[in-house]
Amino acid sequence: MDCVPQGIRAVPDRALLSVRDLSISVSAPHGERLIVDRVSFDVGAERVALVGESGSGKSLTARALMGLLRRPLKVSAGRLEFEGVDLRALTPARWAAMRGSSMALILQDPRHALNPVLRVGRQMDEVLRIHQKLSAAERRDRTEEMMLAVGLAEPARTARAFPHELSGGLGQRVMLAMMLVNGPRLLIADEPTSSLDESLRDQVLELMVSLVEHRRMGLLLISHDLQQVARYCERVLVMYRGRLVDVRRTQDLAGAEHPYTRILWSCRPGGRTYGTELPVLVRDADERLDMAP
Amino acid sequence: MNRPRRPFTSADLCLGTAVLGVALFAALMAPWLAPFDPIAQDIGQRLSPPTLTHLLGTDGLGRDILSRLIYGTRPTLALVALVMVLSVPIGLTVGIVAGYCGGRIERLLMGVTDVVMAFPTLVLALAFVGVMGPGLINSAFALALTGWPAYARLARTETLQMRRSDYLAAAEMHGIVGPRLLWGHVLPACVPSMQIRLALDLAAIILAAAGLSFLGLGMGPPTPEWGAMIADGSKVIFDQWWVAASPGAAILLLSVAFNLIADGLRAAGDPSRA
Amino acid sequence: MRARYGRRVLRRVAGAAATLALTIAALLVVTFALSSLSPIDPAIRLVGDHASAASYQQARRDLGLDRPWPVQFARYVSQVLRGNLGTSSSTGQPVRDDLAKVFPATLELATLAMLISAAVGLAFGLLGAWRPGGLTDGVIRILSLAGNSIPIFWLGLLALYLFYAHLHWTGGPGRLDDAFEYTIDRSTGLVLIDTWRSGVPGAFVNAITHLILPVLVLAANAIGNIARLTRAALLNESAREYVILARAKGAGEARVLFAHILPNASGAAVTVLALSYARLLEGAVLTETVFAWPGLGRYLTTALFAADVPAILGGTLVIGVCFVVLNRCADLLARAVDPRIL
Repeated sequence: MDCVPQGIRAVPDRALLSVRDLSISVSAPHGERLIVDRVSFDVGAERVALVGESGSGKSLTARALMGLLRRPLKVSAGRLEFEGVDLRALTPARWAAMRGSSMALILQDPRHALNPVLRVGRQMDEVLRIHQKLSAAERRDRTEEMMLAVGLAEPARTARAFPHELSGGLGQRVMLAMMLVNGPRLLIADEPTSSLDESLRDQVLELMVSLVEHRRMGLLLISHDLQQVARYCERVLVMYRGRLVDVRRTQDLAGAEHPYTRILWSCRPGGRTYGTELPVLVRDADERLDMAP
Repeated sequence: MNRPRRPFTSADLCLGTAVLGVALFAALMAPWLAPFDPIAQDIGQRLSPPTLTHLLGTDGLGRDILSRLIYGTRPTLALVALVMVLSVPIGLTVGIVAGYCGGRIERLLMGVTDVVMAFPTLVLALAFVGVMGPGLINSAFALALTGWPAYARLARTETLQMRRSDYLAAAEMHGIVGPRLLWGHVLPACVPSMQIRLALDLAAIILAAAGLSFLGLGMGPPTPEWGAMIADGSKVIFDQWWVAASPGAAILLLSVAFNLIADGLRAAGDPSRA
Repeated sequence: MRARYGRRVLRRVAGAAATLALTIAALLVVTFALSSLSPIDPAIRLVGDHASAASYQQARRDLGLDRPWPVQFARYVSQVLRGNLGTSSSTGQPVRDDLAKVFPATLELATLAMLISAAVGLAFGLLGAWRPGGLTDGVIRILSLAGNSIPIFWLGLLALYLFYAHLHWTGGPGRLDDAFEYTIDRSTGLVLIDTWRSGVPGAFVNAITHLILPVLVLAANAIGNIARLTRAALLNESAREYVILARAKGAGEARVLFAHILPNASGAAVTVLALSYARLLEGAVLTETVFAWPGLGRYLTTALFAADVPAILGGTLVIGVCFVVLNRCADLLARAVDPRIL
């Protein structure tokens, strides 16, 4: 199936991140297996969502953008640029300099994504120590400032806590603070709210969006929840089985032509769909997408 | 529980099983394989280095070392088998009963298991054999005494897992209860982890048994036990080092074989760790 | 939050102490049972073979052998707690005194071996985790296999033959050459300290030449396992999410390993070390016999040859208690290091 996005392709005026033909493969005992197949997109100072079901390759793509994939996974791309810098040619030292200062990544569950045996404040201090030459007092001030900015009312007390002592919402804010304190240009958020309660999800997302807006950053939000991202993002990239099958502005989602996007969009439990049969995707072995009657 | 099982693709497993097979073969066919009688003395030939007649030399009493080595597989494997027969059933029973009954019985049984698990195997075996007298049965008993807790632990884990699953409930609904349920359904589930544990234990037991016979607590002369042969060799180690070298190498080989079998079984059950 | 933390630690320690006490009690039961089951009759040993029936009965009553089992056990326990482990039938001395004399030698041997195997084993484990699948992995595999399969007394014998008798690189059996054996004042019982303080020229070096072989043989046994388990713990941790986030923060590999992975793996590493120490103690029993090292192990084996029941059981008890304490410490230490488990 040809997966080059057709139709409206909303390209930002100035791309922060530029990706062409990104492919990820894994060396298996019986040859190489392609997991992500020639994905191409751009992200500017805007909010873009990368949506797909589990197994679509979206998380792997996110990590590939940060250069975090290792053997046996292999990444290749026709173009992979961030602010003009060719990411494919970076040495480990230069990668380390970029991560956490120009590009930021937050993960799904703060209880697992934060180091369990270090206090939270120390982990925040670390990211400042790695990238900036500041005195201890200055680092403390910056940390406190950032923690207030993400809505943590008692920065000093929270800083003394261990990750497992913080609730999901607090932990997520801490992770956000930690990754934004150095002022990156791009934030990649890999399912940041999937392990939170429903009630908290909107809060955290709104926080993220406001921070990103305020700092004129780009946001790449990875999610499996199309409805959620539609509320907060301007563009949507839809992935299915390792391929980018649709690129659409959020306002155009309702009128999507691609069958997979339509299925995702219409699978919303709500007043109108109540009592009706859930449309089901018929998936063939050769990956053709048909709609069930 | 759906792990692919391809036991003989592992080189470890093949090698280990091959060596074990050779040892078993030697034990069974000893009278036909050994060139000499293992207890026949030939003082005129004592302490001679490896020659074409005596491929591994002779010991202090002129006995052919190669023949003693071959016959030595018998007491070793017999002891190993005996310990296995004693410790595994006891351990599995304790573990399964504990896991199945739960409550106070489980706590009591597991308490005992934990306590015995913390005991030093070799030292207690030494004390036991030292006090009760040497011999095959005593040695096996001594080693089995501290060997069963590991099996109890893993049997209990498996039993608990099965209890939580619907598998047992379904069997019970079919009217299969009590002993038949335990032996017919729970026991087979314990087998995979038990195999690995057993292989590892047997490797250690060979060493412990050798230690016992080295200290003179084995079956006594003239039985050709490998540990005792090393002890004989230790008296002449500085001049006739080969007397002690070959029995030790035999112990090493057999122990390595069991360790390889354990590694191979582990890898076969968990392909990601191969 | 502080008070709750403190209380939890206290409860944890109390629980561990109780388990330890229970295990030692069980050990006492075993040694008591063995002493009762021993075919050697202590009453006959006291009065001799040709005593009259009356004096034999009297001896039995004196030793409390006519009382029921629980009473005998209680008597045994109270004696042990008071430090009375009986009298050795071969040396005629109180077992406790004999043990006090031999204990430092084993302590020195086991501790030195532990330090070496910990240093080398941890280094190999780190190396193996740094570059998985490389040459180090193969080395670790072989070391571990060898360490688990070689009979330690055999290794000691061959090492003694090769390095002492053949190459003359090291000292022979025993802790010191005969020349120094009687000129050193044995105040601490630890030969390195004693020779250093004695000021006798050449004594310290001589002690080292005698120590080096048994220590290395013991260490060789433990290095493989320490390396393998350390590597496994480190690799286990490096697959976790926080490691990915640490790299995403811009941490270099060294920082990731030492500031993130290592602290999380230290619980497992410490457990391995404590358990290895316990195993070293057992290994020392056989190694000391080969090297004529006058420690706990040789005391035990000599007692075994002489069928000296009180000495056998006294020695077993001491080694057993050390072993059990180390095992329980391993449990406790693993939990202490991890703030999640409390």
